[in-house]
Amino acid sequence: MNQLNNFTKGFIKENPILVLVLGCCPALATTSSALNGLGMGVATTFVLIGSNVVVSLLSDLIPYKVRIPAFVVIIASFVTIVDLLMQAYVPALYEKLGIFIPLIVVNCIVLGRAEAFASKNSVLSSFIDGSGMGLGFTFALGILGAFREIAGSGAIFDYKFIDGDGILVFILAPGAFIALGYMIAVVSKFKKP
Amino acid sequence: MAKTESTFKNMVLSLSLIALVASACLGFVYEFTKEPIELSILKKKVDAIKQVVPEFNNNPYNDMFRLPTGEGDSLDIFPAKQDSLIVGYAVSTYTNNGFSGNITLMAGFRPDGSIVNITILAHKETPGLGTKMAEPKFKDQFTEKNPADFSLKVRKDGGPVDAITAATISSRAFCDAVQRAYNTLQKGEIHEPVK
Repeated sequence: MNQLNNFTKGFIKENPILVLVLGCCPALATTSSALNGLGMGVATTFVLIGSNVVVSLLSDLIPYKVRIPAFVVIIASFVTIVDLLMQAYVPALYEKLGIFIPLIVVNCIVLGRAEAFASKNSVLSSFIDGSGMGLGFTFALGILGAFREIAGSGAIFDYKFIDGDGILVFILAPGAFIALGYMIAVVSKFKKP
Repeated sequence: MAKTESTFKNMVLSLSLIALVASACLGFVYEFTKEPIELSILKKKVDAIKQVVPEFNNNPYNDMFRLPTGEGDSLDIFPAKQDSLIVGYAVSTYTNNGFSGNITLMAGFRPDGSIVNITILAHKETPGLGTKMAEPKFKDQFTEKNPADFSLKVRKDGGPVDAITAATISSRAFCDAVQRAYNTLQKGEIHEPVK
């Protein structure tokens, strides 16, 4: 029950984007299409799970005063691994996400979960927390990306179903803020305080 | 398990250890992905060459040569030959005037200087706006045009090119890159004609 709670809390109750509003820079920048949003989400999920597991494994070994540098080294390693793997096997997506893959290093959710959860909990709980948070992030980015793609270019997953140019603003940065704002409002409405 | 105390020795040791293991892992992943990354970059370039020049049967990579742009840089030229007769040149060109950073593209020319086709190799333009330069609607304006009598300028600058709506900067940058490729090729041929 407790583990289930660790997993599901990432979706609505403590959703990193919609409730905690952490890691918004990549969330706003990469969600110009549904596929980009999902790709970014999956990459971040991989890093979250990896860093959560390793941080929780090493939490007793790392002296308290140097925990942050240690976490950053671990996270940066996972990000570089994702970066290289994506460059090798999904070059098209890698090019679209561009600088935001290396920037997962400074994503607040990853360091936040390492510090607030993984360093204090068991490996299994940390793994589940990482996957829950990661999928919650992916889910939020996917919806945001899909919404912006439909409104902005009349297409979904690059499949165009409305002719014409769409509402330009949703492709641009202000559209990301508007769409995210409405999503947060809707979630807050349904979430019990 | 007792928590490691924050003594100087422990801190140095644990951080060094973590950094060591992390770099070992990264070295391994780097070696592992090196080949696929090179392959995917090469494949992209070869595909790009195929798209921008008329049909050829040599290996443009083996015949590649460099020409100076006259701005302190040089461009890679891939000559396409059909039975050792030159049918076109694919020029890997670039511009620094993109809306966000460099744009590199592959422009194909016939020996007489007319453009066959253009394809984009790498860019960081705004999705949905600048990225439309990869679409035929914009790109096809350049096909079969000869920059000698078709000035590579957008309408706003008095040229014949229809810029992409809300992406004039990207359109200008595209023209700039093609112009650079054309200039380099023309200048180069005068100095060292290719048999």
